[in-house]
Amino acid sequence: MTVEMTEEPVRTQLTVRLRDGGTLLGVALPEPCTYTSGNGVDILWMGPDEYLVLGPPLSRESGDLEAALSRESDAVVDVSGQRVVVRLEGKHAADVLAHGCSIDLEVAPPGTCVQTLLARTGIVLMVREEGFTILVRQSFSDYLKAWLADASLEYAA
Amino acid sequence: MTRLSGIPLKFTFDGRELTGYLGDTLASALLANGIHRVATSIKYGRPRGIVGAGVEDPNALVQIEKPFPEPMLSATTVELYDGLEARGLRGQGRLATEPDPARYDAKHAHCDVLVVGAGPAGLAAARAAEGRVLLVDDQPGGEAPDGVRFLSRTTAFGIYDDGFVLALERRGEPAAPERISRQRVWRIRAKRIVLATGAHERPIVFPDNDRPGIMLASAARTYLNRYGVLAGRRVIVFTTNDSALDAAADLARAGAEIVRIVDAREGYGVIGTDGGADGHITAAHIAKLGELQGERVECDLLLVSGGWNPAVHLYSQARGTLRYDAGLGAYVPDGRLPNVTVVGAAAGEGLPETKVLWQVPAPESEVDTRFVDQQRDATVSDVLRATGAGLTSLEHVKRYTTIGTAHDQGRTSGMLAAGITAEALGADLADRRPTTFRPPYTPVSFAALAGRNRGELHDPVRVTTIHPWHVEHGAVFENVGQWKRPWYYPRPGETMHDAVQRECRAARTDVAVMDGSTLGKIDVQGPDAGWFLDMLYTNLMSTLKVGRIRYGVMCGVDGMVIDDGTVIRVAENRFLVTTTTGNAAKILDWMEEWLQTEWPHRQVYATSVTEHWATIPLVGPRSREVLGRLAPGLDVRNEAFGFMTWQDAEVAGIAARVCRISFSGELAYEINVPSWQGPALWQSIVDQGATPYGTETMHILRAEKGYPIIGQDTDGTVTPHDLGMSWVVSKKKADFIGKRSFARAENRRPDRKHFVGLLPQDPSVLLPEGAQIIESEVVPEPPVRMLGHVTSSYDSAALGRTFALALVRSGRERIGETLYVPVGDQVVPVTVTESVLFDKEGARRDG
Repeated sequence: MTVEMTEEPVRTQLTVRLRDGGTLLGVALPEPCTYTSGNGVDILWMGPDEYLVLGPPLSRESGDLEAALSRESDAVVDVSGQRVVVRLEGKHAADVLAHGCSIDLEVAPPGTCVQTLLARTGIVLMVREEGFTILVRQSFSDYLKAWLADASLEYAA
Repeated sequence: MTRLSGIPLKFTFDGRELTGYLGDTLASALLANGIHRVATSIKYGRPRGIVGAGVEDPNALVQIEKPFPEPMLSATTVELYDGLEARGLRGQGRLATEPDPARYDAKHAHCDVLVVGAGPAGLAAARAAEGRVLLVDDQPGGEAPDGVRFLSRTTAFGIYDDGFVLALERRGEPAAPERISRQRVWRIRAKRIVLATGAHERPIVFPDNDRPGIMLASAARTYLNRYGVLAGRRVIVFTTNDSALDAAADLARAGAEIVRIVDAREGYGVIGTDGGADGHITAAHIAKLGELQGERVECDLLLVSGGWNPAVHLYSQARGTLRYDAGLGAYVPDGRLPNVTVVGAAAGEGLPETKVLWQVPAPESEVDTRFVDQQRDATVSDVLRATGAGLTSLEHVKRYTTIGTAHDQGRTSGMLAAGITAEALGADLADRRPTTFRPPYTPVSFAALAGRNRGELHDPVRVTTIHPWHVEHGAVFENVGQWKRPWYYPRPGETMHDAVQRECRAARTDVAVMDGSTLGKIDVQGPDAGWFLDMLYTNLMSTLKVGRIRYGVMCGVDGMVIDDGTVIRVAENRFLVTTTTGNAAKILDWMEEWLQTEWPHRQVYATSVTEHWATIPLVGPRSREVLGRLAPGLDVRNEAFGFMTWQDAEVAGIAARVCRISFSGELAYEINVPSWQGPALWQSIVDQGATPYGTETMHILRAEKGYPIIGQDTDGTVTPHDLGMSWVVSKKKADFIGKRSFARAENRRPDRKHFVGLLPQDPSVLLPEGAQIIESEVVPEPPVRMLGHVTSSYDSAALGRTFALALVRSGRERIGETLYVPVGDQVVPVTVTESVLFDKEGARRDG
């Protein structure tokens, strides 16, 4: 396949608000429109004082992560059920996105993280070495997956 | 003779089976088959032929019948394909009645330099440009310089602010392979734009200038040199400039006889033409300019060139200004635009000097055949009628005559109309502003603009995690914004009325369950969260104790209700706010607007958790029993778990937050679990015998209790007091959003519209929602005094009758009165009541 779409299992997702600080869980906070990774989490820049922490798949320890973040921040909210995480990989992944996303992906290096529109739904888009990770509101995920499947047809092997 | 690729293609035109070659346009293939007449003029029914060889052609409109019906395409831009069936049009085509099976899509592209047009100037610009260069050209084929991304068959049709350009790519004709889009709209963002769009030749106006066989000189040259088609054998050339002489030389080399060159610069012109039975030109009348008698010269092709118009459309769309160039007789780009450069013929460069001649002086005739816009059948007389009526602006003349408003947007006619207008007014075109160019440059089908946003992908459909269960169990769905919500769950043989009455009875007498996951939910936390909610809601929220729940109403700054819902105090500095389904995003934005613009120093953080939680209301006298079975660890007794409190508990083995909230007046619980666990909880509840109910039943249950739905029973002009909810407006708080407006005289008028109930005197009559309410039994002569309107109306199982909610002027003072609702030819008498119609004493909420 030149494009492959995979839905990830439910991961711990925590919205963290932090007005002053440079790190969370020992990981440097991301600059605007980027994400950072370390200690088993990705930290996504969502706004001037807002971050989304993506943890490992849900487990009993998920509560520990929330507690740890609470000690370091102004507010933490569990949003693990809010968004579905979809990976898009393969040679033509960027082509598929270009059908519905106005971000210039040719000049977006790995580590880029933007909130944008894909087709008619809002997404969070992470650029990784291996491809893209898309976070979409759970209620829009059927639409998004149907759209991605349709846009991928042209590139199907 | 074999032409082009040599690969033959069979096609049908006006019922005739013909052969062309791969690489032909429909127009070149028709000319190769000796067919000039393509269409019939819209107003006068005159035979019309092929004038141009591209997008400038005003005449050759065809209807494609097969493979898929498409109306009003220009034969000069339709690429020929095997099996094409087309017919000539008289102005209007027909839209297909069946769905278009082809795919259409869009794609974004980014570049440092966008070059529009791959002629000599465009290629030179693309070669010289640095960075990411994108070159687009509307013709098929061709090669781009190394390192340049090239899209052929791609017409840039719109240019917008900040380097945004739309272009249409024709990717596969007639039908692309199944998975490939037939047409694609490119959404291009360029740092710099170079317009190398070339120029269009313009004709000259003379009597009977619209016959088949009268063609732009450049078009005949294109048909010969690109398509191998000689458009005529006995050729007369009528020109104002040298470019037509090159065309004549090419045609002569190909074997045509050039019988006369009529050069306006030498004082000669064509003052009329003759035609055969089919309308095709057979002779031209040639005279000294100004003389009305001429010499008749036979021919089968008349080539015309009145000079060249730079294709300034995109430059003008980008708000570039134009100036009149008297040497060209045309408008050329003037001034500068940041990041948009015009090069080559589009800038007026390299175009031949010309004598400016818009029309040939002609003898008077009863019927004017001096056509300016052939597609609109508009003549010199039409222009003179416009100027005679006092119109002096080119834009006004365009609108009055419709010249330049057809599919070709006046590419051959616009400049002529301008020139003839100026002549009639004795004005200088240098002082006249040209008509405005607007997108699209060429016609674009709606299918292409819609792209992938059709059918199931037309608009996102939002569903909850429990949606598959609803589908599997036969729910009928209702659209609520983008959400699909179960409306009711009919059993086999049940009508909607049957199903809804059954669901209502289950909720009032047994136990029922609904998917309320769409309810908006916002986590509000921080040391100032209580203060913030006090400002947002009309009532006091900061005094709420942890573990308790309060209903609240939010108003806009005008004091009108914008939303309502419950507030849960989760912890000292943390609340969970619910909003109506349709307002979830709006209320979060509302919070952020105040926090970011007015109160940035306050420590409050608002986060949407709407979709994190699946929310399941469990309703009815037996709901406590069902919850007790599912949550053995939870003390569900009324004393232990009272109304408007919440508890965390395991329900069906899932960690849940259970709230005792009721939107029906019945004993009820709202169970919240993480969204991915919604389906499991739902199944467990249904397994306990709870009846699933949909939004219709929810609406009836709440309406029986007089609970308003914001946005249905309110319309942005309703205050909490109008709703009969003065109790929800705090008199203690120093301030909150909307407070000042409540003191306005308008808000204190006694004749404001109040929220009340209406009981039709015939208990079987269901009032239509939106119906007007009047005072008299007979509808008086207009103006009729309207007292208000019906906002909600239902048939109630619990009341055994129909009822309605309404906004009625001075409604609360009218309780007990009879009012009237005109419905069709009937006038329905109704009794005004309180809004609460069922269980007025609230005896049912504790079970």
